[in-house]
Amino acid sequence: MLRREILTIAALSLLPVVAFAQDTVKIGLILPMTGQQASTGKQIDAAVKLYQAQHGTTVAGKKVEVILKDDTSVPDVTKRLAQELVVNDKVAVLAGFGITPSAMATAPIATQAKVPEVVMAAGTSSITEASPFVVRTSFTLAQSAVPMAEWAVKNGIKRVVTMVSDYGPGIDAEKSFSDRFKAEGGTIIENLRVPMRAPDFAPVLQKAADTKADALFVFVPSGAGAQFVKQFVERGLDKGGMKLIATGDVTDDDQLAGMGDAVVGVINAHNYSANHDSALNKSYVEAFRKANGGLRPNFMSVGGYDGMHLIYEALKKTGGDASGDKLMAAMKGLAWESPRGPISIDPDTRDIVQNIYIRKVEKKDGELYNVEFATIPNVKDPVKAAKK
Amino acid sequence: MSVTASFSRRARWRLPEIVFWLLAFAALLLPPGKHLLLNEIAILALFALSLDLILGYAGIISLGHAAFFGTGAYAAGLFCKLVTPDPHTGLAVAIVVAAALGAATSLLVLRGSDLTRLMVTLAVALVLHEVANALPLWTGGADGLQGMTVGPLLGHFDFDLYGRTAYAYSLVTLFVLFLLARRIVHSPFGLSLMAIRRNPLRASALGVPNRSRLIAVYTLSAAYAGAAGALLAQTTAYVSLEVLDFQRSADVLLALIIGGTGWLYGGLAGAIAFKVLQDVLSASAPQFWMFWMGLFLVVLALVGRERLGQGVRGLLAKVMP
Repeated sequence: MLRREILTIAALSLLPVVAFAQDTVKIGLILPMTGQQASTGKQIDAAVKLYQAQHGTTVAGKKVEVILKDDTSVPDVTKRLAQELVVNDKVAVLAGFGITPSAMATAPIATQAKVPEVVMAAGTSSITEASPFVVRTSFTLAQSAVPMAEWAVKNGIKRVVTMVSDYGPGIDAEKSFSDRFKAEGGTIIENLRVPMRAPDFAPVLQKAADTKADALFVFVPSGAGAQFVKQFVERGLDKGGMKLIATGDVTDDDQLAGMGDAVVGVINAHNYSANHDSALNKSYVEAFRKANGGLRPNFMSVGGYDGMHLIYEALKKTGGDASGDKLMAAMKGLAWESPRGPISIDPDTRDIVQNIYIRKVEKKDGELYNVEFATIPNVKDPVKAAKK
Repeated sequence: MSVTASFSRRARWRLPEIVFWLLAFAALLLPPGKHLLLNEIAILALFALSLDLILGYAGIISLGHAAFFGTGAYAAGLFCKLVTPDPHTGLAVAIVVAAALGAATSLLVLRGSDLTRLMVTLAVALVLHEVANALPLWTGGADGLQGMTVGPLLGHFDFDLYGRTAYAYSLVTLFVLFLLARRIVHSPFGLSLMAIRRNPLRASALGVPNRSRLIAVYTLSAAYAGAAGALLAQTTAYVSLEVLDFQRSADVLLALIIGGTGWLYGGLAGAIAFKVLQDVLSASAPQFWMFWMGLFLVVLALVGRERLGQGVRGLLAKVMP
């Protein structure tokens, strides 16, 4: 048995490496397709497929091939898959990355192999600093948290408790919200954190309720929003007079329809709503739903869709040259109209610049949506902007 | 035949074993491409070997073996970051730290029966997972321990992108520790462990000091798991909370059960089967591979490993007479 297996491995690895690198550009798409973050993987994978269905698989004379891998959100697996994609499949671009640790673990590979790493989901500010080959098409938490703080102060919210998931993006959200809120004259009563894995919000919510703050500011990762809202309602906090304000991860389009009327009126700030009013977005939502059995696209999906657009446009600019340095140079400064609105890649930080919308959850045509009512245009990542 | 002769016959090297190790080392010469996977297999094999020492030989069932794996990984990672990037001393330090933890927790584990042991081992791993989660200054929390730069192997060979150095490092470590384990299980000490597993009361009536033997093997097993964790940390230059995850403990138990407990090659065979299956299945069906993996395990459990092996052999005999 054992020998046979070893021989199989040996035989597999001897398969000739098919070298038609001249006419094919391969993209290694690493996503969590199973496990806790599976919804992120599903959304991005669907968006990437949609993009290729709409725009074809050939760009600048090259065939673009996407190789999908499941990293189950385990960073050392992400890293190994990235390494294998670079070494075996000779991918020109690494893309995807559902959670911050996965993106961070891969950054050294991107640097070493000079392969662009297109981050389509993870939202910790520092990721783009981990390698000069990282470029992001999703968002940073601070981009949403800072406008949320400004809006809160302007609208009579004076005392706030924050509650975030205890990992990179959560800490970013907590810090950028609190700093701006205090700078504008507000008071942060307490900063509460819940573990990222298997969170139980109940004790933290009780603590928050006891503070009698004006509002509770919340960040939880994509996919955990529904569970949070359920416990929020079970505790009766929606009726206690404390407002709920959040980053848009909480009222995630993917889960919003199932959250119930308790979330109606929740104010949040984010980069994308399926309800965004533009012709491009309407056709995007329609095509996405049609291709995925009625699934509503969320902010993760546009990260994937725009990530593909970024790669396609960069290839057009280089005339099909897929070498890492040239692609990176082409990506810097690119600007285009996305389903979420106008976006661009900051040439200095390689991070995304986009509009942030203040939204309110409302019922439209019998379904819950984040309805945008204010726009803060061209928001750069505030964490990196503050460092300058 | 004397007793000594029969035991030394059991401990003799057989041809398939020699071929197995020759093949494992020959895999180093393969063209680059599969060394990263082979490295992971070698690490999981060492981890499964460590679990086999307590489960297969001493009969201690554990659902929290990742506690030692993770401790070794974090020890190696922090040592690399704070003291010296030299991988060899890092490995040694990780082994010592994990062994110390093993010795300390063995006192808890040995108190109860099987069910209690399951709970206690599980609890120890959970506690450590939370400790690592709650100390982001040290461990990086859920973001993982970053900024490790591991020095070259033997002062010469850098860990490359292709993973050949990594595989060589892991394989040699596995081989050395395997030799040691092989020596131990065939020694009177190993035989006394098997006696304890089969009938603890009778073993103690024969004068075997059950308690100290179990403490010793539990500590040894923890040291092995720590070595496996250190290898993972050093060859990927990254440590995340997942090293302490329950999934990690469950995976190694699965791998060991696939390969078979109570013989040293069980962990090795299981690690190969588990990782190759995972790799092939998840490449062909990224969303549904866990279904096929689960189906395989159910079939394996229902049909039984021996019968499955015989069936395959019978089939092969028919196809290739």
